Formats: sequence, structure tokens, C-alpha cells
Amino acid sequence: MNNDASIHVEKVTVDFPIYNANLRSIKNQFIYHGTGGRVGRRAGNRLTVRALDDVSLALEHGDRVGIIGHNGAGKTTLLRVMAGVYEPVQGHVWRRGRTASLLNVSLGIDDDATGYENIITRGLLLGLSPEEVQDRTVEIAEFTELGDYLAMPAHTYSAGMRFRLGFAVCTCFEPEILLMDEWLSVGDRHFVEKARKRLEEFIERAGILVLASQNASLLERVCTKGVLLDAGKVKAIGAISEVLGDY
Amino acid sequence: MSEPALKHPVSQSTLALFDLVEGARVIHLWGRLGWQDIRRRYRRSTLGPFWITISMGLLIAVLGTLYGGLFKVDGSNYVPYLTLGFIIWTLVNGLITDGCTAYVNASNIIQQARLPLSVHVYRVIWRNLIIFFHNAVIFVVVAVVFAVWPGWTGLLAIPGMALLCVNGVWVGMLLGAFSARFRDVPPIIASIVRIAFFVTPIIWMPELLPHRAVLPMNLNPFFHVLEVVRAPLLGEVPSAISWLAMIGITLVGVAATFVVYVRYRWRIAYWI
Repeated sequence: MNNDASIHVEKVTVDFPIYNANLRSIKNQFIYHGTGGRVGRRAGNRLTVRALDDVSLALEHGDRVGIIGHNGAGKTTLLRVMAGVYEPVQGHVWRRGRTASLLNVSLGIDDDATGYENIITRGLLLGLSPEEVQDRTVEIAEFTELGDYLAMPAHTYSAGMRFRLGFAVCTCFEPEILLMDEWLSVGDRHFVEKARKRLEEFIERAGILVLASQNASLLERVCTKGVLLDAGKVKAIGAISEVLGDY
Repeated sequence: MSEPALKHPVSQSTLALFDLVEGARVIHLWGRLGWQDIRRRYRRSTLGPFWITISMGLLIAVLGTLYGGLFKVDGSNYVPYLTLGFIIWTLVNGLITDGCTAYVNASNIIQQARLPLSVHVYRVIWRNLIIFFHNAVIFVVVAVVFAVWPGWTGLLAIPGMALLCVNGVWVGMLLGAFSARFRDVPPIIASIVRIAFFVTPIIWMPELLPHRAVLPMNLNPFFHVLEVVRAPLLGEVPSAISWLAMIGITLVGVAATFVVYVRYRWRIAYWI
């Protein structure tokens, strides 16, 4: 593992366009142009929601960053921008290092496919080569402790089982950067404990952890740095205890 | 997964090109996703994907008899012609209509992981090629029954298919993006494609047309798309007009799509 994982977020702004049924149809765009902007006037002024507003952060190897903020403050959007899912409207994101984003680990599991098939597909989606997935399948399967269920289609799984599957695959490749939206939320105590151990092992090996959460005591325990977001802006940044104090 | 953190902005055209090439490189991913789509459709059915072949076979048998009689044409010419037309049309139709939903249907993946967008288009193309090859079995049977042997000319179908697939790429990328932004695009396209099926010589033969209708037929791009694959397999060399039209469509389409991608590629994640 190279010791120079980093994420630099430079003056990033993200606007989400809001398309209601009216704005999204071509008809309105035509009516708008065809009538010189009288009838469908609304088609012209596009509604946007500013999710991130001029956000700058520099995260270096070894940083464990807690993102704090009210609902809708932009926490998840910031994680997604860091993961490269959204390219910002303005500004740049520079990221270096293998990234695992545990934004919604059980999302995208194919219900009709078996657990094993899902492991492979997921692994490939995460950017692993077929050989890498092959090498890790046994280990992943063991970690999930799903046993015979892995040969069954995923629609037979409970929410906790899906989480096990998703989590095991997402963390199988020793990421250098780990992006998490909320700490381990579902799963039974035994598995949460096991997952926590894996994450803490990772954190000890250093790298970068970015964790968005509402849980102050957890953030205080896991993170060293804190970022307070409010309405898409960075309100405070610094040591976690200080930032939590502001919050 | 990890990109070079070069600290200077990369141009949008480089990113668009990177998307296209990098997407093609992860063939193991879209290959798997495409197969998975097919398997999902036929999961728990005994014959599985061979239902594709069977239903096409039935269709050809019924239509071949009915329309062969209606048009009073010789079955040994008409049935192979109809079979190929239908099989190729199924591919064209699939590439266009599935292309519209290439991104919208992949929203789960797009919003979770950073992957080249073109992956989702290649997946659609691969899925439709799998269906195409299942259907192609019918043509082999028909060719044997009616003693059709295209000879060396048949090899011309290979560049024809290649052109068709390249067009599938830009059509999927362009319509996929438009459909993500404007949700009316898929029904519009579906209705255009349905009409195109009837105005394109698939179930009828161009020879049945009066002379004055030949020019409008040459203006129909779908005619040329079919011609460059169908004619060689029937042992005829496609006309120069068809080749030129196909090459022209490909060049214009690729260029237009590239321009759209340079500008809007990064917005697609926001649209879905």
C-alpha cells in the first residue's frame, strides 16, 4: 500500500437541478420556444438546489474525519463528490488511493441472483479484476457467515443479511480511503461487532476515513478531525472535539 | 479505481474519450451484466434463453406462411429474407429502445460507484447481441431448409455488423443521455421505431414497390442498416448507396454524440 492517500476538495459547489414533471418534458421546452417564452415560462428558469457551496477540504493520509451537520446539510452529497459519483458544478476534487464507499452498502444487490453471483458482480462493479474477485470470494463468503444462503437468490435475504453481503464485498480489498454514511446501522450485534473490528483494523493501518454521522460519541471515539456542514457550507473545521462543541 | 491525482484540470473531451475507452476495457464487467440481464429474464424457466429462439422460430413460421401467401412470392426467396429481416430488426430495435433506458435503469450503479458511463451502453449492446445470436440459429435452420448459401459474399456481413454495433454505441449514449434528461424521449423513440418497422422492407420486399417509391426507401436509414447485414447473408452485395449511407450515419452520429458528451457527460449522474 502506498502511503500517500489524499483527497483534496477545492472550492466545490454542487447544484441539483430539480425537474418536476413540467420541467422535464420536451413539450414544455417546445412550447416555451414556440411561444416566445410566454406560455411555458417556467421551462426557462430552472430550479436548482445548492447542496454544496464553495466547500474546500484537504484530507491527507491518516486523517479520520467526521462530517457533522443537520439533515440536508450536504453530508451525503459531500461523500458522493469525494467518491467521484458527482462531478462538481464548480471546483475540483483530487483523490488518490483505492476508495471504498459504504454509502448504502445493500443498494444494488440483484434480488434474482444468488449471494455468490452478487459477490462477483459487486466486486467487478467496485473495480476489481475478475482474478481479484476470484481470489477473494472464499474470504468474502466466510466473512458474511451466510453459509448455504449464499447459494440462494438474494430476495430470500433479510435486511441484515444484505448488509452483511454488501459490507463484506465493499471492504474486501483493503481500501486506502473509506467513505461511510453512518456507522454500521443494520445487522445483528455479532456481525456489527465483527464489522467494527474490520473497520478499526483498517483505521489503525491508517489511510483516510470519512464518516458522516449524527452520533457525537461515536465520532469522538473514531475520528480525529471534524467538519461541520450547514446548508452546504463548511461552518467549522478542526479537531473533532472542538467542532462537536460548535455543533 | 485510483486515478492519478494530477493537479491540473483534465479537459472534458479527454474525459469523454477516457469514458468510452475505459468502459470498453472492462469487458468482464459489462459482459457479465449483459448475461445477467438475459438470465434474469428467463430464470426458473426450463428452456431459459432458448425461448428467444423458439418464439422467433414460431413467428417466422407463421408470418412466412401468411405473408408469403399474401404477397404471392416464392417461399424459398421470401422466408430467408423475412427471417434475416426480423432477426436484424430485433437487434436494431433492441439497441434503440434499450439504449434509451441504458442510464436510467443503471441509476443504482451510477449513483454508487464511479464507473465509465459507457459501461452501461456496452452492457445493452452485449445483451442485445446475445439475443441476436440466439435468433441467428433460426436463420441457420431456414438456410438449410431452403438451401441458401451466401458463399464468400456472406463475409461482407461482418463489416456490416461492425458498423451496426458502432452505431449502437452512439445511439445508446446519445439516447441514454437524452432520455435521462427528458423522460418523454423513450415513448417518442418507441413510436418512431414502431413506424419504422412498417416502412422499412422487412416483411415486404423492395421489389414489390412501384418504381417511384425507391427514392423514399433510400432515404430511410433503417433500410441501409438492414441492407448491409441482410444482403450479404442472402448472397448479394449491398449497394454502394447503402454502404455510403451507413458510413455517413456512423460518422455523423459518432461526432454528434461526442460533442454532446464533452458538454453533458458529467451532468448525467445528476439527471438520473
